[in-house]
Amino acid sequence: MAIWLDCDSKVIVQGMTGSEGRKHTQRMIVAGTRVLAGVTPGKGGQSVVFEEDPVPVFNTVAEAVQATGANTSVVFVPAAHTKRAVIDAVDAGLALVVVITEGVPVADTAEFVAYAAKTGKTRIIGPNCPGLISPGESNVGIIPPNIAGSGPIGLVSKSGTLTYQMMFELRDLGFSSAVGIGGDPVNGTSHIDALAAFEADPATKAIMLIGEIGGDAEERAAAYIGEYVTKPVVAYVAGFTAPPGKTMGHAGAIVTGSCGTAVAKKAALEAVGIKVGRTPSEAAELMRAVVAELAEVSAG
Amino acid sequence: MDLFEYQARDMFEAGAVPVLRGIVADTPEAAAMAAAELGPVVVVKAQVKTGGRGKAGGVKLARSPGEAFEFASQILGMDIKGHKVRQVMVAEGADIAEEYYFSLLLDRTTGKYLALCSREGGMAIEALAVERPDALARVVIDPLTGLDAAAAEEVVTAAGFAVADRGRIAEVLVKLGEVYRNNDATLVEVNPLVKTGDGRIIALDGKVTLDGNAEFRHPEWAEYADVAAEDPLEVSAKAKGLNYVKLDGSVGIIGNGAGLVMSTLDVVARAGADLPGQPRPANFLDIGGGASAQVMADGLEIILSDPQVKSVFVNVFGGITACSEVAKGIIDALKMLGEKDTKPIVVRLDGNSVEVGRHILAEAAHPLVRVEKTMDAAARKAAELAAEGE
Repeated sequence: MAIWLDCDSKVIVQGMTGSEGRKHTQRMIVAGTRVLAGVTPGKGGQSVVFEEDPVPVFNTVAEAVQATGANTSVVFVPAAHTKRAVIDAVDAGLALVVVITEGVPVADTAEFVAYAAKTGKTRIIGPNCPGLISPGESNVGIIPPNIAGSGPIGLVSKSGTLTYQMMFELRDLGFSSAVGIGGDPVNGTSHIDALAAFEADPATKAIMLIGEIGGDAEERAAAYIGEYVTKPVVAYVAGFTAPPGKTMGHAGAIVTGSCGTAVAKKAALEAVGIKVGRTPSEAAELMRAVVAELAEVSAG
Repeated sequence: MDLFEYQARDMFEAGAVPVLRGIVADTPEAAAMAAAELGPVVVVKAQVKTGGRGKAGGVKLARSPGEAFEFASQILGMDIKGHKVRQVMVAEGADIAEEYYFSLLLDRTTGKYLALCSREGGMAIEALAVERPDALARVVIDPLTGLDAAAAEEVVTAAGFAVADRGRIAEVLVKLGEVYRNNDATLVEVNPLVKTGDGRIIALDGKVTLDGNAEFRHPEWAEYADVAAEDPLEVSAKAKGLNYVKLDGSVGIIGNGAGLVMSTLDVVARAGADLPGQPRPANFLDIGGGASAQVMADGLEIILSDPQVKSVFVNVFGGITACSEVAKGIIDALKMLGEKDTKPIVVRLDGNSVEVGRHILAEAAHPLVRVEKTMDAAARKAAELAAEGE
């Protein structure tokens, strides 16, 4: 079991004919993802060969869905065309659209997120995210598939490389799913959405939440955990050293005034009883202790 | 990206938002000439990208070109909250009857836009928001429709404007909504929005923040580049396409991915806290995903050219980035720099091609480069080397 993505997910790749799309489609197929089609407007009828098998290309997501029964899309379309691509996927009724593209204008993101919310059928993850992996089942996006195997931990993070780092730290335990929700100011899936899904997922025994400066998503996640999450949660927050007013790479990672500081986030998480590691490896140690305790309880 | 007030004024004017005439001046002489053209009464306003200009003495009413000259001499060169004043705007005086507040911004919590509006504009809007939140109307705006006529009507009603004024104000708000959308803004703020004695609605002061991600569809933004205010190392990093922020410590940092680099800064600061001189990170530098040896070398060159840097910490977890490329980049950069480089470099590599990367570094056996196995151990070593270098 896993969240949102499993071995039954039928995946299309929007932007598969571009260099990034092609490179990562290759990686996803090798990792076992069922990639059934690509979509590139104007290139319908062509196909791209991966591992000696041709994958057909369609002009629209609706055509690709009709031909293959796909329910999931991963988007590698350049920022200038991302909005159009996502709306195409939402119109085709896909359940999950994972937007890897970085540098999408925030007005475009706000529009396609609002559009998807209105139809109520599609979950969007991203943009500017590494995607979602359910180890041993499927992988959509750019998370390296060989860092860790399947196991009891659910992981949610804004950051790609911190996701990789934490998966590496906890490779002895493994993951039900790991999701990178992206570092932009507006994203389709929040920490809270992922927490709710992990709480409901029987394969997930404990949750690792990785936060970073900017906005108040971690504070809201803390309040949500206090109220609704019964599974143990361990957290790590990055950005204690960031000066106010400077954007630290992620468009969303900016401290304005007293809002969104790492200190405030850590305090909000600890206030509801969540253990917060001061480094990724310390957070991993805390998680190991939590999982050991769970094993003792179930053994006893 | 924040705009200066005069740039916001020009943007408003182009979007048919009513504004007063204004002329930018970078010398007292030019300010006096502008006052002669716009007078008799003008306002001389410091152009800085921060609030609190009025309190700092950066806004003065001048009743003659002579006074404008005098005030401009005082204001130019002034330091307002760390921002040096390089220009003033000389603006027409206005017959103000009432002052209001309006802003439209991206609300990260909802992923939608938020319109804020109050009949009580002027300087202390932050205090008003805290002390009497009821006096500040908040209306959520759907990104799919934007601030259209219906939304503007809702805003002016919620703000409690006199019925006779609502239509005129709403009309200006719709124009400001168009400015927001057409220019890919994440903030358009007007404080004050004024009603004049003869009943006109005018945007007297404007603050605009643009979404850097939308730069590709706004070639006209090139003129907003504010090179004078930027750190020279940040400018040269930007020219090389590197994501670099200068900080004030002595441990140079290079990593891949914004989250991991932020985390690296924290781990270094924590390791340094127990050491003499308490070394801290000197910068944020993200070489991004899939970086080549060239990008790595460019990054190292920028960091080694910072005289405050005493040691360097290269922290890479290879997802798409191959550790072998990172290792090659380090060796290439050191070859290029030759004897100019005397600063120790601590490297921690994991992930994609890590064995090859570590092997390349071991083969090269450069005396300044040392490899550590974990992020925490490498941070400690880099901080220790910086403390020794002080």
